[in-house]
Amino acid sequence: MPNASNEELNAIIDKWKDVKGSLVMMLHAVQDKFGYVPRGAAMEIASRAKIPLAKIYEVLTFYHFFKLSAPARHQIAVCTGTACYLKGAQELIKALETELGINAGDTTSDGSFSVAALRCLGCCVLAPVMTVNGKIHGHVKPADIPSILREIAKGDEQNAR
Amino acid sequence: MIKAVINGQQVEVARGTSILDAAKLANVKIPVLCKHADLEATSACGICIVKVKGSAKMLRACSTLVEEGMEITTHDPEIVAVRRTVLELILSNHPKDCLVCARNQDCELQKLSADFGIRDEYFPSIVDRRQHKFDDSTKTIVIEGSKCVLCGRCVNVCQKHQNVWALSFLSRGINTKLSPAGEINLADSPCVKCGQCSNHCPVGAIVEHDDTQKVWDGLRAEDKYPVVQIAPAVRVAIGEAFGYPVGANLTKKLYAALKRLGFKAVFDTNFSADVTIMEEAGEFVKKLTSKPRELPLITSCCPAWVDFLEKYRGDMVDNFSTCKSPQEIMGVLSKTYYAAKEKIDPSKIFMVSIMPCTAKKYEISRGDDMFSSGYQDIDVSLTTRELARMIKQAGIDFEKLEDAQADSILGHYTGAGTIFGATGGVMEAAVRTAYYMVTGREMPSLELKEARGLKGIKEAELDVAGAKIRIAVAHGLANVDQIINQVARAKAAGKEPPYHFIEVMACQGGCVGGGGQPYGVTNELRKKRAAGLYEDDRQQKERCSHLNPQVQLIYREFAKAPNSEIAHRYFHNKYKKRAAYIK
Repeated sequence: MPNASNEELNAIIDKWKDVKGSLVMMLHAVQDKFGYVPRGAAMEIASRAKIPLAKIYEVLTFYHFFKLSAPARHQIAVCTGTACYLKGAQELIKALETELGINAGDTTSDGSFSVAALRCLGCCVLAPVMTVNGKIHGHVKPADIPSILREIAKGDEQNAR
Repeated sequence: MIKAVINGQQVEVARGTSILDAAKLANVKIPVLCKHADLEATSACGICIVKVKGSAKMLRACSTLVEEGMEITTHDPEIVAVRRTVLELILSNHPKDCLVCARNQDCELQKLSADFGIRDEYFPSIVDRRQHKFDDSTKTIVIEGSKCVLCGRCVNVCQKHQNVWALSFLSRGINTKLSPAGEINLADSPCVKCGQCSNHCPVGAIVEHDDTQKVWDGLRAEDKYPVVQIAPAVRVAIGEAFGYPVGANLTKKLYAALKRLGFKAVFDTNFSADVTIMEEAGEFVKKLTSKPRELPLITSCCPAWVDFLEKYRGDMVDNFSTCKSPQEIMGVLSKTYYAAKEKIDPSKIFMVSIMPCTAKKYEISRGDDMFSSGYQDIDVSLTTRELARMIKQAGIDFEKLEDAQADSILGHYTGAGTIFGATGGVMEAAVRTAYYMVTGREMPSLELKEARGLKGIKEAELDVAGAKIRIAVAHGLANVDQIINQVARAKAAGKEPPYHFIEVMACQGGCVGGGGQPYGVTNELRKKRAAGLYEDDRQQKERCSHLNPQVQLIYREFAKAPNSEIAHRYFHNKYKKRAAYIK
């Protein structure tokens, strides 16, 4: 599991396992540490806190907050709030889906990009807006998408060298 | 008792009675879809709404308890209209392929749709908008997610009643789906294949894996020698598919029907149940008299329980009876002893078993021990429901069939064999023979009343030649933990176990309530089916397995003695700890 050790997972479980009704707290702590809730971590919670795995996944999938797969290296979010929606957010999402070959909400198989739709980033004046790794891009047109993605890929290549 | 008025009629009910149950006293049938008599109300579907005076909204009859002085209206034009809308909404999310559905003509939603005279689609269908999974990975039960009406019965029975926790509802709202944790295949989940989900499903979302075509093919193949066995609990349940009263014992008609289908020999699993008892009682007596005692002994003829124990209670594997189930013993006997005696090439024998159970389909290939004849000992295992369909397909007029006999030598059974099909029956049968093995005398009273009935956990203390034997019987897997935990604690502390002999059946009521039995089971039905078996027991000339002359012959000619080397080779098997989740 990336970015966190088994000791950290064990510490989280030890802290909460005997506190009744603390499954959500445990899952929050795990996602905080790992960036998502890996299946291995969910299984460890199941066996050590004696909570059926089915129950854990019922909770994990009930709340949108929890993520079941590792976050992509580059997280793209398109605002679909009222202003952005009217200014063509759907076309942006479509362009991203076509370009990356995934549906909104998914991650590319190499783990490099994810696309998500979210509501209002609070900069409606720049509509339509999307963020790449938290950085705001305003007045984006569908035709801009390929070049934005190329820029990111170029950055990755340079980092790799 | 509290008084209330239902549709203008006074009723008096015990405190805690739901409006749904109270309405029955006023001769009113309130329609239900999500509520099942076995299960707690979940209020999922909303079709049972009623009006209660003083309440601004309609209330669900399944989950609203009657209160003193309540004035309830169960039917009026507005209520019927609301119910129709509820039904139309459910149907907008349900495929309309009833003609080719496994539950065609035996579906609770189809019946409601017929009763309400639904003729067109009022709401546009959203079936395609949900992402559904078709899962036949277990080859025992099949999940067709698209047909799920989200009533929650299967999840409830899997989690609360069976304590298996294989099924769950993932996500929420319109995206809710029925799936094991993490959308893995059922075969990779803790599923024990008991099939209670399929038995409680109101529609065709979970059904048995249909293997009838394999049987038709086997019956058609000219080079095959098709033989068949029927399990104890099948004989008292199959009649429900042909309009007989619940619990009618149709053993001899079944034999006749199976011969008509084309089986060259019809055997009775009750016979191999007698063999199981010889082995298991022998094993118990050996463990009882060894020093130190290696007790408790836990029964192992229920394959869902075997799977559960291997996955969840690996610590108890050593206490598990190594004896095979009657299904498997019959399989191996047909391809060894019977084949040799009748001079039939065992590779040609096509062995079909008719079981009240979906897990038996899993059992036939669960390990190398299931191939101890040198071939797969059982070729196909069918449920009661599948056999009923085959009899109908064959155009057999079941009611008019003349009684037939089972074939010698694997057909003659005792009362001990037949009660295997009810919870407590294996224990009762084993005690009858163990008593004889220890004392050399027959039990003064053969009927072990403490082991009978539908109480979740039954206990008794028996006196066998001065030794006090404590037994426990559990059915419905959620009832097992309490017993096994007590045993595990005693074992860890090096103390005398609280029980010496434990019977477990995964399904409530034992095999009469099995996952492969006709739909619509309730405790009332379980009782009647079991009563049919206990009556069969009373009518048998021999009521103890060791008195079965054909079983005695098997030991003389083939297996030598219970727990002999040959018996171990063919009638016993091993267990191992398994992971609950493979993925």
